[in-house]
Amino acid sequence: MTSNVAILDVSNIKYTSPGREALRRLFHHRSAILGMIILGFLLILAIFAKQIAPYDPIQLLRDVDRREPPCIHLLGCAADQPQHLFGIDGNSRDLLSRVIYGSRLSLQVGLSTVSFAILIGGVIGAIAGFVGGWLDDVLMRIMDVLMAFPSLLLAIAIVSFLGTGLINALLAIGIVSIPRFARLVRSTVISVKELEYVVAARSIGANQGRILFGHIIPNSLTPLIVQATLGIATAILDAAALSFLGLGAEPPRPEWGLMLGEERNSIFNAPHLVFFPGVAIMLTVLGFNLLGDGLRDALDPRLRGTAAG
Amino acid sequence: MLRFMARRLVLLLPVAIGILLVTFLIVRLIPGDPCVAMLGERATEAKCEEFKERYGLNDNVFVQFVRYIGNMAQGDFGESIRFSRPVSDIIAERLPMTIELTLFAMLFSTTVGIFLGIISALKPNSLTDTLTMIVANVGVSMPVFWLGLMLAYFFALVMKDTPFFIPPSGRLGASVTLVNLAKEWGLTELTGVSKFAVYFLSNSAIANSIITGNWATLKDALWHLILPSVAVGTIPLAIIARMTRSTLVEVMQQDYVRTARAKGVNERKVVSRHAMRNVMIPVITIIGIETGALLSGAVLTETVFALPGVGTMLVQSILSRDYPVVQGFTLIIAIIFVLINLLVDVSYAYLDPRVRLE
Repeated sequence: MTSNVAILDVSNIKYTSPGREALRRLFHHRSAILGMIILGFLLILAIFAKQIAPYDPIQLLRDVDRREPPCIHLLGCAADQPQHLFGIDGNSRDLLSRVIYGSRLSLQVGLSTVSFAILIGGVIGAIAGFVGGWLDDVLMRIMDVLMAFPSLLLAIAIVSFLGTGLINALLAIGIVSIPRFARLVRSTVISVKELEYVVAARSIGANQGRILFGHIIPNSLTPLIVQATLGIATAILDAAALSFLGLGAEPPRPEWGLMLGEERNSIFNAPHLVFFPGVAIMLTVLGFNLLGDGLRDALDPRLRGTAAG
Repeated sequence: MLRFMARRLVLLLPVAIGILLVTFLIVRLIPGDPCVAMLGERATEAKCEEFKERYGLNDNVFVQFVRYIGNMAQGDFGESIRFSRPVSDIIAERLPMTIELTLFAMLFSTTVGIFLGIISALKPNSLTDTLTMIVANVGVSMPVFWLGLMLAYFFALVMKDTPFFIPPSGRLGASVTLVNLAKEWGLTELTGVSKFAVYFLSNSAIANSIITGNWATLKDALWHLILPSVAVGTIPLAIIARMTRSTLVEVMQQDYVRTARAKGVNERKVVSRHAMRNVMIPVITIIGIETGALLSGAVLTETVFALPGVGTMLVQSILSRDYPVVQGFTLIIAIIFVLINLLVDVSYAYLDPRVRLE
């Protein structure tokens, strides 16, 4: 009886691998599809920014007034006027072009900080979980301390001694994201390391490094992918916040948070300068959040409904 | 219960030492000579010697750290380079604003968030449910400073001549001032904790107007708090609403809910007595986690609404390299964050007897 069931299972796996099954679930998940559409759109904007953007993002335009509201021909703007869909910013630059180029920076920011955090946090978590004992205690207490600070405020404090600037801001956000990934990897490593295939690998004499990197880590990837997608969303928001405060990207870089920060005092006379960069940030973050929720449901059905409704 | 609290406090000790170590290191890790970094162009050989002597930078790092802990324990946060005043005075001046904002944002996000979550859970897939969940998804993706600016634009400009006008900036109206409590009470020779407490109360617009019975000021102070609190509270509100909804949906399918219904308990009591008690445990955990977001949000939102709080001071201090202020403010925020989480743990134990017995 039991052997029959086992045979059936094997034949099933042959036709729908867990990976393909997860992909199928992902493409049937409404919010994941919406997230992928948003992110696909942003990716196209970022890659083809040069071709899509009507103007150079840092070039100052002549013949335009500073902070001019959007001029759209379809909406009745005089045809002899040059068209500026998002209007002109405080330095007479085309806002649409700046927002388009901003997508490059935003995606780079999200990916680079999260990769950094996963790399460092992953190694710390894997070592802590795999080795255990006092090393585990020490490493996790250090992570506890980092988590005792509200993350954005710790990032601000780190920037204060590294100095302001985009790279330092990214480094700071990367550092404060480490504990989250370290804890996650540690807990999955601990749950995986006593499973049969790891014991089997050990019994045939595989060395520690091979067991950790060849067997344990590949099998701990699922929650990491989910957390990374959601982590990118947070990283983009935090980077925008640091730039908004004047601690991150420096002018004339087309960074959305910086664009908002520079024009925050124009909110009453040129609201378009605040509106569009903010919508861009929101859409990007929304895209990653939706995709992250979808990935969680698709890759790890056990986690279903833990945070999402 | 007491034993539980005592154990939590003991567990806090290593974290507290860690926080002190991090804030201590922030200033020690500045690249280059700390004297040049802090004094800038004014740093001459003689000035630097005096500076190092005064801040004890010539001793070994361990001695410095122990002294640092000692000073902090006595409430001595050093002196601001920019203002030549004790950092603790600046904290007493700026902290009330940030705490008021954080508390009001928390009040807004928990009451409205739990309310929306309950409505959505009781009528799943209704219009309210769908709308709430869309708003929740968009809400968590918004930068808090952007939401603040948009609210300011809408309520101060679009609603300008309607009764819905809400002031977009400042702590109090132009003609409103706060009474200086220390002067009022004739307390000129204050030191230590009592000085901090009196300063703190005096600078908290809400506490001050309540103590002096100045209701017009209180009304003005609350009015100015509306927009910043809504801005700071919206993201946590979205998360709390989602959490409440998903937990309540799950709890409503439990056996004890069915039993209560079978006994003939009316539906409102089923939800409020039987279901909500169990929903509150994960929701309170989320509130604790979101406190960090609230504090960070308060810091960001202060710059939008021109509020004289910790955030605006922290940013100015970083840009002008006033490290003692950065250090003191980071420390005090971390302490508040840890204490709020302690409070969350305690309420957790209060709500769920199993936690106490563990």
